[in-house]
Amino acid sequence: MNDTRRPAGLAPIEGQYDSGDFEPRLTQRHRQGVVWQALFLASTLIGIVALSALLYNIFNQAFGYVAYKSELNPASLAVNGVPLQQLPKAELVNILQENVSKGLFRRLEDDQPFAQRSRKDVYDLVVQYVVQYKVEEAWTLQESIFARDQVMQYASKNPDAVLRFVSWINPAFITSQQSSNPIEAGVLTAILGSLWTIAITILFAFPVGVGAAIYLEEYALDTPINRIIRVNINNLAGVPSIIYGMLGLAIFVRLLGPLTSGAIFQAGKSATSNGRTILSAGLTLGLLILPVIIINAQEAIKAVPNSLRQASFGLGATKWQTVWHHVLPNALPGILTGTILSVSRAIGETAPLVVVGAATFLNFLPESVFAKFTTLPIQIYQWTSRPQDEFRNLAAAAIIVLLILLLTLNASAVLLRNRLSRRI
Amino acid sequence: MIVTQERNLTQDEIARTEENASYAIEARNLHVYYGNFLAVKDVDLMIHSRKITAIIGPSGCGKSTVLRSFNRMNELVPTAHTEGQVIFGGQNIYHEDVDAVELRRRIGMVFQKANPFPKSIYENIAWGAKINNFKGDLANLVERSLRQAALWEEVKDKLHQSGLSLSGGQQQRLCIARAIAVKPDIILMDEPASALDPIATLKIEELMRELAKDYTIIVVTHNMQQAARVSDYTAFFTMDEDRAGFLMEYGPTNQIFTNPREQTTEDYITGRFG
Repeated sequence: MNDTRRPAGLAPIEGQYDSGDFEPRLTQRHRQGVVWQALFLASTLIGIVALSALLYNIFNQAFGYVAYKSELNPASLAVNGVPLQQLPKAELVNILQENVSKGLFRRLEDDQPFAQRSRKDVYDLVVQYVVQYKVEEAWTLQESIFARDQVMQYASKNPDAVLRFVSWINPAFITSQQSSNPIEAGVLTAILGSLWTIAITILFAFPVGVGAAIYLEEYALDTPINRIIRVNINNLAGVPSIIYGMLGLAIFVRLLGPLTSGAIFQAGKSATSNGRTILSAGLTLGLLILPVIIINAQEAIKAVPNSLRQASFGLGATKWQTVWHHVLPNALPGILTGTILSVSRAIGETAPLVVVGAATFLNFLPESVFAKFTTLPIQIYQWTSRPQDEFRNLAAAAIIVLLILLLTLNASAVLLRNRLSRRI
Repeated sequence: MIVTQERNLTQDEIARTEENASYAIEARNLHVYYGNFLAVKDVDLMIHSRKITAIIGPSGCGKSTVLRSFNRMNELVPTAHTEGQVIFGGQNIYHEDVDAVELRRRIGMVFQKANPFPKSIYENIAWGAKINNFKGDLANLVERSLRQAALWEEVKDKLHQSGLSLSGGQQQRLCIARAIAVKPDIILMDEPASALDPIATLKIEELMRELAKDYTIIVVTHNMQQAARVSDYTAFFTMDEDRAGFLMEYGPTNQIFTNPREQTTEDYITGRFG
């Protein structure tokens, strides 16, 4: 950090060197260094500012005061003095039948017969379609703290509205299913959808990607065809994700529809999903990250010192024994690093899933890979495109959930990697 | 399984083989190419059983190439190909019936830079035996191999520590122990002491003398004193103007160092070139 200090200069030693041959220009050279250092610092600061703005924006939306009203006072739905919250399932079904249109009731019955639904499920439907809590006004965290009198003013003008400070991200938000009402809407469907999808992605892309990398690095000869394949895998890694969405639509949804909808296994609700299932989504994301996994695995395999392979062959090991016992264990940390990065990318992907056909609204949880799906990024995208402001708050909360999910998965993968790469 | 089967040899060659029963391995008319480049030409070299044969010569004369052609390690270089014969146990090892995997268990190798596996000392020794489906007592084999490599006393209390935790000289002796654990007939050594200090080098040399009672050893070395100290026979390689290596002179070490037949050999040994 002494770049700016101007040295006094060394006295020349007679006959030792001719200072005329050199023009040190120390001041300029040091100044140059200082300028670059400042530029690098500025780049870092820009990054930090951008990240802070992002986080501020998310948290600002995810907490704040809410004023809401209900269409129908829940107390008025009590039967024989038993409050709504404690009514048995049969009574709840009755209330639902009396208060919603025949068309809606039939549709709910079609989605899942009431006989099969749980009491809580029916209760949620009553709250959603009969009681109908409605958000009248929502404030951001900043407004809730610094413009509190404005909030209170609103409350005194609207005495029948309930005013509460809410965290949009809360246990109910995480354990509730989708709903058209922002008060009741949750991300459980999307979380499960994301987890199912990413599980399929990993199960498909990891073995296939590592297998291809082993073949290309350890077995394939250096022929022109193999060189073309290597170059093109690199190119594939740069193809925009929406193109993979088109590919997934063409192959997994259209061509392999009977397979991906589970029709040929007599599983899933194949009649309605038409191949737009978790399986299709997972495989599409798998295709998307496959080139990245192959490239990273190739690099990791290349980095295994040749001396290990020679030692292994020198003892009379076969190619497979060498690969399995020495190349793979030593390449595994690198392979896992690449996989973690690409899986993180896959979790956040939206565009290809929109093309493959993510469901806009699901009122049941995925129970197999043949279920229709939505994922967290899709859910966030849909909420941000709704006209009501409150969905922006939900989107912010869902973003926090997505970030936490991502960080948790990453952290566990990194722990696993460190465990595997620990050498004795 | 390598069995004596002579259908790839001519009658004349069989006669030569039987006559030379005291030879462990023999190169006949051996040429090695890397792509179009002829690296080694026309090598005829008969290696004596249970003796140490040193291969010396200037850099780039194909010493290591010749050594590696004895257990087909050259095949790991995709562009390499070999012409001629290497006779081991009465059979040409380059014949299509010979499995290089089996051959390499019978002809072990120790490399220039010690390359223990990133596993425990025990596993380093036991692994080669395991993959070759060793049926006997592993612990016993590990101890015996380490004793033969003069390493047992130093590591017997830390068999489950990493092989990489040892010093350079110990690592190289671990590699030698690893090589003899699969019970080879011949051990090839490619400059085994070139990365070691003089004391560790001396230990390796003593070990080689000890091992020569049971094994045939072929050692490539840049160190003339080492060749003179340790070997029974010396092969001097040099190269022609096309940079193709060839065998200049071969004989008992005594004779090569005191009374070489070729002027080039004398020049090299006395340090006038190379």
